Amino acid sequence: MPIRMELLVCGGTGCQASNSNRVLDVLKEEIKKANLQSEVNVLMTGCFGFCEKGPIVKVMPDNVFYVEVDEDAARKIVAEHVVKGRVYQEKLYVEPDTHEKLSEQSKIPFYKKQLRIALRNCGKIDPENINEYIAADGYMALGKVLTEMTPEEVIDVVKRSGLRGRGGGGFPTGVKWEATRKSKSDIKYVICNADEGDPGAFMDRSILEGDPHSVLEGMAIAAYAIGAQFGYIYVRAEYPLAIHRLRIAINQARELGLLGKNIFGTDFSFDVEIKIGAGAFICGEETALINSIEGGRGEPTVKPPYPAQVGLWKKPTNINNVETFANIAPIILNGADWFASIGTEKSKGTKVFALAGKVNNVGLVEVPMGITLREIIYDLGGGIKGGKKFKAVQTGGPSGGCIPAEHLDTPIDYDNLTALGSMMGSGGMIVMDEDDCMVNIAKFYLEFSCDESCGRCTACRIGNKRLLEILNKITEGKGEMEDLEMLKELAETVRDSSLCGLGQTSPNPVLSTMKFFYDEYLAHVRDKECPAGVCKELLKYYIIPEKCVGCTACARVCPVNVIHGEPKKVHVIDRDGCIKCGQCYNTCRFGAITRK
Amino acid sequence: MAKYDVDAEKLKQLESYIDSIEQKEGALIGVLYKAQEIFGYLPKDVQLFIARKLNIPAAKVYGVATFYSYFTMEPRGKHVINVCMGTACFVKGADKVLEEIKKQLNITEGNMSPDGMFTVDSLRCVGACGLAPVVMVDGKVYGRVKVEDVKSILDEYREGGSTQ
Amino acid sequence: MIKSLEELKQIREKYKDTLQNRETNEDKVKILVGMATCGIAAGARNTINAIVEEIRNEHIDNAVVVQTGCMGFCYAEPTVEVRMPNKEPVLYGKVDSEKAKEIVKRHVKNGEVIKEWVLRG
Repeated sequence: MPIRMELLVCGGTGCQASNSNRVLDVLKEEIKKANLQSEVNVLMTGCFGFCEKGPIVKVMPDNVFYVEVDEDAARKIVAEHVVKGRVYQEKLYVEPDTHEKLSEQSKIPFYKKQLRIALRNCGKIDPENINEYIAADGYMALGKVLTEMTPEEVIDVVKRSGLRGRGGGGFPTGVKWEATRKSKSDIKYVICNADEGDPGAFMDRSILEGDPHSVLEGMAIAAYAIGAQFGYIYVRAEYPLAIHRLRIAINQARELGLLGKNIFGTDFSFDVEIKIGAGAFICGEETALINSIEGGRGEPTVKPPYPAQVGLWKKPTNINNVETFANIAPIILNGADWFASIGTEKSKGTKVFALAGKVNNVGLVEVPMGITLREIIYDLGGGIKGGKKFKAVQTGGPSGGCIPAEHLDTPIDYDNLTALGSMMGSGGMIVMDEDDCMVNIAKFYLEFSCDESCGRCTACRIGNKRLLEILNKITEGKGEMEDLEMLKELAETVRDSSLCGLGQTSPNPVLSTMKFFYDEYLAHVRDKECPAGVCKELLKYYIIPEKCVGCTACARVCPVNVIHGEPKKVHVIDRDGCIKCGQCYNTCRFGAITRK
Repeated sequence: MAKYDVDAEKLKQLESYIDSIEQKEGALIGVLYKAQEIFGYLPKDVQLFIARKLNIPAAKVYGVATFYSYFTMEPRGKHVINVCMGTACFVKGADKVLEEIKKQLNITEGNMSPDGMFTVDSLRCVGACGLAPVVMVDGKVYGRVKVEDVKSILDEYREGGSTQ
Repeated sequence: MIKSLEELKQIREKYKDTLQNRETNEDKVKILVGMATCGIAAGARNTINAIVEEIRNEHIDNAVVVQTGCMGFCYAEPTVEVRMPNKEPVLYGKVDSEKAKEIVKRHVKNGEVIKEWVLRG
């Protein structure tokens, strides 16, 4: 009996953490109890991207999309929807503006503006079953390339498509391939950079978990184009599920002869090995990554020579990121013109963004280049959590910067983001609201860069430390006006005198927040105030006399006994002794205590 | 063979692993992984042993072991608690959760509690930003953790810990 | 082991059906089968399975089969509604598995409305 209905359960890390494995089991049990297992299939797929509302269960072909499904809801979905054909209303997505319940995925605003190329199969196929990938035209591009195209033709298509590296810098992929092709050597390597270290970005993880074969196929095509026989996937140890699914995919591809010797009966042979990182952000930099694969410390080396000339084991090496490889097969199958028709003049195709922070719909979105930040945050992201005011969006992680409200209508592409003092990076997008202090955010990123500096260049190793010290001083209320000048000057020095991308971009969070939120710096330094109410040492607690009822609750919790007042009379905080612990603020039931 | 001040049985296990590697060049990180899996951490003598087996300077082994945050030279607790300090978790208050855990266990970051039950550390982004703030205990991910939840999460391991 | 592009295409054809349920778009023919208690009691499960099977046999790849709740024609269960793109939906009554196969062959595949079985439309 053919399968007439399928229940797709999201098996991404996010949904698994909210117990989607259990939901999968319950669905299977219930289907079995209803004796429908020969007609209705339950399977786990890759990430749907809508992590905020996980675990997600999608019923196909009905195209009904259930959110936040727990065990109980799983039982009801089977009893109602599967058995009786009635949509189980309780767990449909509710549109926050209209309070309308939306059942079809395509109507949910989060999905409406998306165009999925790199994520084409995520949430659609079972990532642990190569046959489903093949059914979705998988490995057709590799077959076409090996049997119908020369390596030069492949490079030409990729060049004309306008695809640029999705990992950070945005270097044209075809040009990189061509350079590696031109390096003469009997041995060459292809490396997939899956060391997604940018905190807040998880698109590479989702692709590896949801569609690992798309990456293998992209790598094999690259290998053919540049003349490589072997590839490595360098993946973070923090992604155990991605590693697990990759291993399965590699084995299945080998069994079918899609990896290994004489692929498609041609004389092209290619195989792949996984290398697991050991927790160093710098290894996302390509020369550092090569050193790490060779078993050493992941320190960057001077370019040139570029890896295309002297790479892994001193052989010509081509390194691309996960999302870049996932774009290759569709470009080969649909042509360079198709891909180049999407996006802006200099940034073609789509980009996956990891939307996170103070936004209603946290998750992964794939959108055409040229979409505005406002569309992503408000239309797809559903606006700011709790109706708060938008302050900034941080793109590009520790190498990027904070973009303020006045630039929300900027069309997103590589060059526009760089012009704003930020960068595309791997596509992390963290939304911040009025409660976030921009000086503190800059400090957070600098702490990251200090931790992750490999220590090779003085400017980065020591310069970032000094920058952090100045920021600490400012957030503790000890900043002076000269510090602001020093901060800027030093930041520019670090940027200009570091060897690798990490050092050169590490001051970006400081420089961009100083550029767009200088008034916040001024408030910290000159007025000794933190406008967002974050920097503890700068906070002052007040009791609003009109609201205080004299219940004495605050005075009783104060650990240093600096709140005075008679019962039923207005209380006062003696700020000299106040240690700013915030206990009174949390205790007051009348909203009579304020801080700024 | 030189004397090493570590469990001989475990050392044997490591030795046979190293012997099984065909391509020794570039194998160091993989070997350190295995060693940490066997010993729980990388004591000095284990590093010396690896250096001699792979025929590389001990300084190189030490250099690599200290470079990567995954490797540790301190013994680890029975349960390892990792608080995600990625940006999404940070803006949603992960620092306060970490403080609370440290306070309740009375330990500092990167260290083991006196009873050997817990080690607390922070890490950079597990990619579950939709669930921020996130705490990972022995690989299990807890999402949307509030300061009030810390005690119950720790209790889960305190009670079940001795039998596991 | 795959040794040619042709062999890959064969595997693709073999598994194409597994993804058929997962592709949806507005241009597809939608076939709805009433699967409320009364429908199931009247044999709607056999009907829906027959439809799915026939679609596979006829290699129709632009149709989806969806079960739905009670359509209100209890006297005529099992009921099947065929929605061709840009056309008024057609509702058939008392559709057993034999009639179901006919509907797929004649209506879904060839666009012919089988008037004598129509309830309204």
